[in-house]
Amino acid sequence: MEVTRVKIAVVGGGPAGLYASLLLKKEYPSWDISVYERDPADNTYGWGVVFSDATLSNLREADHETHERLTDTFVRWDPIDIFYEDEHIRCGGHTFAGIMRSDLLAILQDRCRDLGVEMHHETTIEEPTELADEVDLLIGADGLNSVVRDAYEERFQPRIETGSAKFAWFGTEKPFDVFTFIFRENEHGLWRIHAYPGTKSTFIVECTEETWTNADMDELGETEALAYFEDLFDDHLAGYDLLAKLYSWRNFPVVNCRRWSIEDRVVLLGDAVHTAHYSIGSGTKLAMEDAIALLEGFREHGQDVDAALNWYEKERRPRVEALQAAADRSQQYFENVERYWDLPPQQFAYNLLTRSGRISYDSLKMRDVSYADGFDRWFQRYQYTPGDGTPAESLPIAANQPLHQPLKLRDLTISNRIAITEQPTSSSDDGMPSSTYLEALIERGSRGPGLLLTDPVAVSPEGRITSGTPGIYTDEHVDAWAEAIESITASADISIGIHLVHAGRRGAMRDRHHGLDRPLPNTQAWELLAPSAIPYTPGGHVPREMDDEDLEAVRMAYSAATERAVEAGFDMVQLHAGHGYLLSSYLSPLSNERDDVYGGSLENRMRYPLEIFDQVRSVWPDERPVGVTLQSTDWNLNGFKTYEAQEVGAALKSHGCDLLSLVAGQATIRERPKYDPTVLADFTESFRNELDIPVLATNYVTTYDEVNTLVGAGRADLCTFTPLPE
Amino acid sequence: MHVDVISLEADTYRSIISLASSDMRVGIGLPNTLDAADGDMLLSWARRADDGPFTSVGVFDRLVYHGTDPLATLAACAGVTEEVRLATSIVAGPLRSDALLAKKAATVDSISDGRLTLGLALGARREDYEEAGASFNDRGRRFSRQLHRLREIWEGDDIGPEPVQEGGPELLIGGQSDPTFQRVGRYGDGYIHGGGPPRAFERQAEKARAAWQESGRPGEPALWGHGYFALGEEAAELGRAYLLDYYEFTGPFAERIAEGLLTTPQEVLQFVRGYEDAGCDELILFPTVADMSQYDRLERILKNEWR
Repeated sequence: MEVTRVKIAVVGGGPAGLYASLLLKKEYPSWDISVYERDPADNTYGWGVVFSDATLSNLREADHETHERLTDTFVRWDPIDIFYEDEHIRCGGHTFAGIMRSDLLAILQDRCRDLGVEMHHETTIEEPTELADEVDLLIGADGLNSVVRDAYEERFQPRIETGSAKFAWFGTEKPFDVFTFIFRENEHGLWRIHAYPGTKSTFIVECTEETWTNADMDELGETEALAYFEDLFDDHLAGYDLLAKLYSWRNFPVVNCRRWSIEDRVVLLGDAVHTAHYSIGSGTKLAMEDAIALLEGFREHGQDVDAALNWYEKERRPRVEALQAAADRSQQYFENVERYWDLPPQQFAYNLLTRSGRISYDSLKMRDVSYADGFDRWFQRYQYTPGDGTPAESLPIAANQPLHQPLKLRDLTISNRIAITEQPTSSSDDGMPSSTYLEALIERGSRGPGLLLTDPVAVSPEGRITSGTPGIYTDEHVDAWAEAIESITASADISIGIHLVHAGRRGAMRDRHHGLDRPLPNTQAWELLAPSAIPYTPGGHVPREMDDEDLEAVRMAYSAATERAVEAGFDMVQLHAGHGYLLSSYLSPLSNERDDVYGGSLENRMRYPLEIFDQVRSVWPDERPVGVTLQSTDWNLNGFKTYEAQEVGAALKSHGCDLLSLVAGQATIRERPKYDPTVLADFTESFRNELDIPVLATNYVTTYDEVNTLVGAGRADLCTFTPLPE
Repeated sequence: MHVDVISLEADTYRSIISLASSDMRVGIGLPNTLDAADGDMLLSWARRADDGPFTSVGVFDRLVYHGTDPLATLAACAGVTEEVRLATSIVAGPLRSDALLAKKAATVDSISDGRLTLGLALGARREDYEEAGASFNDRGRRFSRQLHRLREIWEGDDIGPEPVQEGGPELLIGGQSDPTFQRVGRYGDGYIHGGGPPRAFERQAEKARAAWQESGRPGEPALWGHGYFALGEEAAELGRAYLLDYYEFTGPFAERIAEGLLTTPQEVLQFVRGYEDAGCDELILFPTVADMSQYDRLERILKNEWR
């Protein structure tokens, strides 16, 4: 559509709508721009809004005058204060600026007025579609509960997900001069406060639904609720009152839209089209950046409205989605703070600071080197274990990074936090590790990981994945392993673990060079064992349902393999109970249809894997650790679930498991896995902190910075490290 | 030569590949979806590419459009070239029957002495599916099954010819979704990215590597990227118009693609270096204007300015 004098109606007189209006009017003075706002112009609803430093330069470029007036009004600060009960931790270097929402609106309104934008306050738009017919472009900047979005719901296809935490916004005269997080537990539960500076301070209270109910918040009126928090946080409020405007408790809605505009007629900006959890303080920033991008779209495409709207979306969507991803992680954190409550305060704070994935170990060093160095020193002392020396009363003057700190499992000290774990290999013959394979293993050991874990090693011939899977089921195998171990440990302080596997129904496959799970031709295959007679792939080899004799035979195979592992000189045993191999195929209802004591209920499905664990544990020396690689989800609606995996993890811990490593998927070929690099890391940290057990993270980690961040924040104890290909 | 490499031990093969991957290769796209390109032009581009500096020629696939059939085009190219790899970038797999696609690909691989790289993806154009008589809505599920079937056919004895490359043509999978990366890990030899700035490639490439590792595949996935060029001011205008038209059905995305068009030597170099830094193994640059002078210009840049 080409028009010379564009007529635009903007629904919503918040930051997005006003800023877009003034930018467009300034650029195209002949355009006819009207803003319709439900509330009066001097409405003072809301407290402060926060901007990060980067946004300010965007604003300066877009409209110098607004920028100048805003920056004159801003309050600025750079530290974040964290109160874990009474423990106070401060980290600097996070540049913020804040302004009262009402001041921001007043500045934007003034500027709109100067430029000739028509503003109609106290005007409610009931039928956006009618308004759209009267103008060339309708801009929906009417926030979270956008009527414009609703009117075109089928086109925008919004998806709204409601967060699980309860929150309420308050204000106070008490000056909080920096961003302040307060965590406090009382008889009702754990409360989190987000407080930040402004003419009046903003004071957000947040808790789980359970805590909220325990405290009878659903029953209490405004006055009683205010009194409750004034009392609970009296040390922080120092006698100042809490203030409420439109007192209410809400759950945060995350808004996403499939489309952001409809042809050349309607477009959404700000909260109407996307929201991001308030804990990263970005809602207003996003809204105003949207307005800038819309202007740029018109600059780029003149008055071809359709092209301008496309330009706006293509420019903004990736940035918004990246920020929403960070906001989502931050929201997940705040919804699950209880999980981290047992961390030491220093680590609790470190985890909080790095929660969204945007700040890492290295970036904290840049932001506040004395805080970050102090953390390293604390972490080094924290890692001291009684018996290894007397922990110093004072902090060491210098410390290594977290990744260089040793980890103790039973009597085994792993010298650093980097693990090299290996993918299944296929160069062995009859289970005999080939010399090329062992040479490669020795080479990896020489790279200096704290832990070297072999690829899956079969406990019996029929437990091999491919015909080239290495094994440890004959004395010749033991000799080959022993020789390699001797060669690796001769020159390095390294712990070596053996990853024991029985492939179960996922055995007798071709090697993985051209893909996964391609069954060997019948002439080369062997008989497979599984909880039920269901093949792994459609048309694949049908396994034999294990009878009592098989159960006993496999148990003995694990036992013998463990004895051989002792003999070979391994420091640790790791049992593979994931990825559809035998032990995890007992856990998964997709592969386990037994009606005896090993099938059905979760208790039954975990029975055999636990029996195997007990058998291995009883044979393996007490002073050395046994770990388990555990399936955390099958990625299948009818499969093994994460909450079940947590129960299995807890049972394993009580049976003496020393380390968990979480993997996901491959229980069957029908699955919908997620490959977000954070998925496995999230499983890993939740198992660690829910079950209080050391974990080995298996997500794709390629930098020391990531290892330091994960280990420092208490999200992992060991990390599989994959250097990027040269 | 490729054939020799793959007959070596798997581990040796990996080390050769990883040595090679530190030096990204650059291929050139054929103008097979551009109106002005006739058979002579397509074949002469391919013939010239065979003499270097390009290491592959790529073709696009779109049914309801005035372009040539990708595999038939590559078959013709096979006859006039000896060295250069022949790549589909990217063919919509589920538009075609499994067996026919397997046979065609095996044929090109066989007559080219093992030079085919088969890039496959879903294809997002509903009308292509309608005209091909293939169902659109279940194409994801059919695609996974197809990938499984392709290997089965290439390794089996029933449907020939036997591909020259062991296990069949190098199989790359394109797309952006989670199932894409599952397919890369489960069925593919690597990932082929749909175009965009180096940083966009890097993010997806990381997902491909992560999926590869999580799937427990040995070695590294092959990572291919592609870009568009139109060198010279006049060509740049034509090129932009072509991209906006070709990708019109994608809305905002067409804008993004058109914006990424490489129109100066400096842009080409920045782009190529960016992809190399991002760990790309082979980058195919596609023309958006069918004119031999475009070939000359790109060749000059890569010969004189790169490395």
